[in-house]
Amino acid sequence: MISAFARRLGQTVTVLFGISVLVFLVFFATPGSDPTARIAGRNASPETMAAVRHEYGFDRPLPVQYVRMMGRLFVTRDLASFVDHGELVVPEVIDAAPVTLSLVAGAAVIWIVASVAMGTVAAALRGTLVDRGLMMLGLVGISMPVFWLGEVANLVTQSRYHQTWLFSWVPGLGYAPLTQGPVAWFTHLAIPWCVLAVLFIGIYGRVLRADLVSAYGEDFMRTARAKGLSETRVLLRHGLRTSLITFVSLFGLDFAQLVGGGALLTEVVFGLQGVGRLTYQGLINLDLPLIMATVMYSAVFVVLANAVVDLVYLLLDPRVRDGL
Amino acid sequence: MTGAAEAPLLEARDLSKHYRVGRQVLRAVDGVSLAVRAGETLGLVGESGCGKSTLGRCLLRLAEPSGGTVAFEGTDITRMSERALRRMRPRMQMVFQDSYAALNPRRRIGDLVAEPLRVHPGPDGRRGRDGIAARLAELVRLVGLPETALQRYPHEFSGGQRQRINIARALALSPALVVADEPVSALDVSIQAQIVNLFMDLQARLGLTYVFIAHDLSVVRQIATRVAVMYLGAVVELGGADAVLHAPAHPYTAALISAVPEPVVGAASRRTLLTGDVPSPIAPPPGCRFHTRCPVVQARCRTEPPVLRDVGGGQQAACHFPLG
Amino acid sequence: MGSEAPLLEVRDLTIALPAGRGGWTRIVEGVSFSIGAGEILGLVGESGSGKSMTALALMGLIDAPGARITGSARYRGQELIGLDRRRMRALRGAEIAMIFQDPMTAMTPVHTIGWQIDEQIRAHRRLSRAGARARTVQLLSEMGVPDPERAAGRYPHQLSGGLRQRAMIAMALSCDPSLLIADEPTTALDVTVQAQILDLLRRLRRDHGSAVLLITHDMGVVAETCDRTMVLYAGTVAERGPTAALFARPAHPYTAGLLDSIPPLRGARPARLPQIAGAPPNPAERPDGCPFQPRCAFGHDACGVRPALVACGAPGDGQAVACVLPSEGRPLPARLA
Repeated sequence: MISAFARRLGQTVTVLFGISVLVFLVFFATPGSDPTARIAGRNASPETMAAVRHEYGFDRPLPVQYVRMMGRLFVTRDLASFVDHGELVVPEVIDAAPVTLSLVAGAAVIWIVASVAMGTVAAALRGTLVDRGLMMLGLVGISMPVFWLGEVANLVTQSRYHQTWLFSWVPGLGYAPLTQGPVAWFTHLAIPWCVLAVLFIGIYGRVLRADLVSAYGEDFMRTARAKGLSETRVLLRHGLRTSLITFVSLFGLDFAQLVGGGALLTEVVFGLQGVGRLTYQGLINLDLPLIMATVMYSAVFVVLANAVVDLVYLLLDPRVRDGL
Repeated sequence: MTGAAEAPLLEARDLSKHYRVGRQVLRAVDGVSLAVRAGETLGLVGESGCGKSTLGRCLLRLAEPSGGTVAFEGTDITRMSERALRRMRPRMQMVFQDSYAALNPRRRIGDLVAEPLRVHPGPDGRRGRDGIAARLAELVRLVGLPETALQRYPHEFSGGQRQRINIARALALSPALVVADEPVSALDVSIQAQIVNLFMDLQARLGLTYVFIAHDLSVVRQIATRVAVMYLGAVVELGGADAVLHAPAHPYTAALISAVPEPVVGAASRRTLLTGDVPSPIAPPPGCRFHTRCPVVQARCRTEPPVLRDVGGGQQAACHFPLG
Repeated sequence: MGSEAPLLEVRDLTIALPAGRGGWTRIVEGVSFSIGAGEILGLVGESGSGKSMTALALMGLIDAPGARITGSARYRGQELIGLDRRRMRALRGAEIAMIFQDPMTAMTPVHTIGWQIDEQIRAHRRLSRAGARARTVQLLSEMGVPDPERAAGRYPHQLSGGLRQRAMIAMALSCDPSLLIADEPTTALDVTVQAQILDLLRRLRRDHGSAVLLITHDMGVVAETCDRTMVLYAGTVAERGPTAALFARPAHPYTAGLLDSIPPLRGARPARLPQIAGAPPNPAERPDGCPFQPRCAFGHDACGVRPALVACGAPGDGQAVACVLPSEGRPLPARLA
């Protein structure tokens, strides 16, 4: 168990290094394009170009460039955006990260709880009207675009019904850090959480139901019933416990990509200055240092989230522990 | 027949097949030497994990041996190029346990049986359409199916009929040697007898040589002329079927025979029960592999591995203290 | 047994599955039998004979949608067919327990075997966690599992097939059931391990007093384990009786054919194995008359009507056969043992 853990940690470090090299090469060593011009931005003066070239060491060999770039990203954290008048990009990402993390983590809690409930109830009542109704609801959730749903939510909570008792607690759009008090943080994020979660409730609920229904055909479920256990216990302690394994792997991927900027649309609709929005701005302005920083940041998250999923896997499935 | 001992059709010398399992080595087949004479049936018996199926595949080089040689009709096929091996393929064929998995469910029986005929030219050049049709008709009659079977799909047949189809396909190119891996163990008892009889009839008519792999001793006794008993990757006893099964020299063979439930009331009382399970082939016991379960184990067996040696009556056993 | 009421009495059990367009396919048709306390009854048949369905019906575990189960199965006088879920659950695992063919797939992979056995004990007995575990360890040890404390903490995939099946049997016996249903308990095991497990099953009666309904396709397993035997063919009872009588004087051509088609391990080796022609019919395509008639060497006009189960063999020993031959005065010859 410990050795599996250590092995996994080693892999994570290796993968992170690989990604950083890859991203660096794509951005700064693509043949036929001068990274200086891209960093300095459009219509930069020759002096700026010269300064950039010297500062990043583009006149030096590639490994030196790589080390310098990583040093500026992670050690001195003074990578600056030339497009944005010398704004330091690392603090920008560090400011945006808690916003995205709060948004995604809150939504994740909602979607896990709701989808487990939905999938389990549907599987327990499989074939009935309740089952069909829940699955239909899930499909509706999947097919509603998040930006549309967000706008509708805003319309309802911010203007049309804002004065009613039901939504008067909803503050204006934007983010309130946890340091300003948990209540403000919570009220600012409650609606975005729900909106972001809807799609995933639909997907996860349906996936879990399918897994559970196929689990009913397994021999061990028949054994559990033959033991005289209640149907609820058979479903939860044997069926759900086993089906959670696919559920967790799916969750790790979705969570990581959302934290890494995939929640862009939700962030835009609710005026949240998160990582997705930051990446989006960087892309519009061709702000290479900013893009580099956000891409590295997402990569770190995807890889870390995957490592966490693998560790949860070890806890959930004893067969994985033994390397089977 | 020139007075000297006839050369065997198939001869394996010190054949082994090792698999890497993590950092360990699984010795599925570990230094097996045996010969199969033309026209005989060698029964290969043993419990699951003893390596009998792997050995069967290595004999036809369907699995690449890790060491040792296999000579077929005097030619070493283990060092042969893929091209040269392909030219040998028509002479040696295989029949598998799972009759359904061995047949592509989306193709008609006629196509499935004709495939080898289309791929390999016959003794007098490539076969024409009529030549193939005539051969197909001959093959299905040979295995006791109606000619209409050729137009139908695998799922339309019962397990026994599907095994007949697999046999027809194996015989399409008139092989000299057929390796049959548990060909009757998935079949119902009343069907098993039909297929065993078919194997014996075909041998008598076509002069086939069989390597018949099975865990069922009574089936092997019915069909085999000689028997090789395997335990943990090695042959522990080898000899004429009647000699080995009536007067076993190795304690493992004796225990295996006594464990067979006979359809005779009261037969179970004269039984030597083995204790425990077969050890893992990843870490086989030192000395004699069987010493952990042997009812007549002695000190020497725990340290010194026995080699296969003559015990009289054309019988060989790998035991320091063969049964009298 | 005498006048004592049997432990389980099954009368005319029929299981039908919906077959589209309002039709029904009968998987099991009018099966009747009884098991006395502490008795081992063998239920033999080939795939599709309905033997596993019969067992699942007794346990109330048939969950095929729309399955229709009729007839009666009385356990200690209580009707099992149509029993409400709650009371069925109280019986399952406590009074009637079941073990399955493949102990690898039949145990939940993510819980230790000790956890799974504890779970069953605590479902039926008021016992603390520690109390349940103590019983689990004791049961594992009785079933011949070496180092039972440690084994209880292991997951199914970490044990060998034989140990897994011992754990499965320990679990089934954990609440001292009066009836154990074993569905092909040794089919997935090697012969040397099968011999150990069969030995264990025979000892159950002595140590636990449990009756066993042993379902198998293997005549050898039946011969050495069962007091009485029932042969199923195509969902119907072909023949039943005391095992010794049935093996010495099989009255149904199917029983006789089945016994003949097993290659002998001793004595002369037959040039050809006696074989039964053809294959068992699909449940949807069973003939109206005797279901074995199309494959039977003795088939004649009288077989066009489904034969009833009639007593045969020595009077009073309970052998009965669903075949017209004995009543036509030309029973099958006795087998040479």
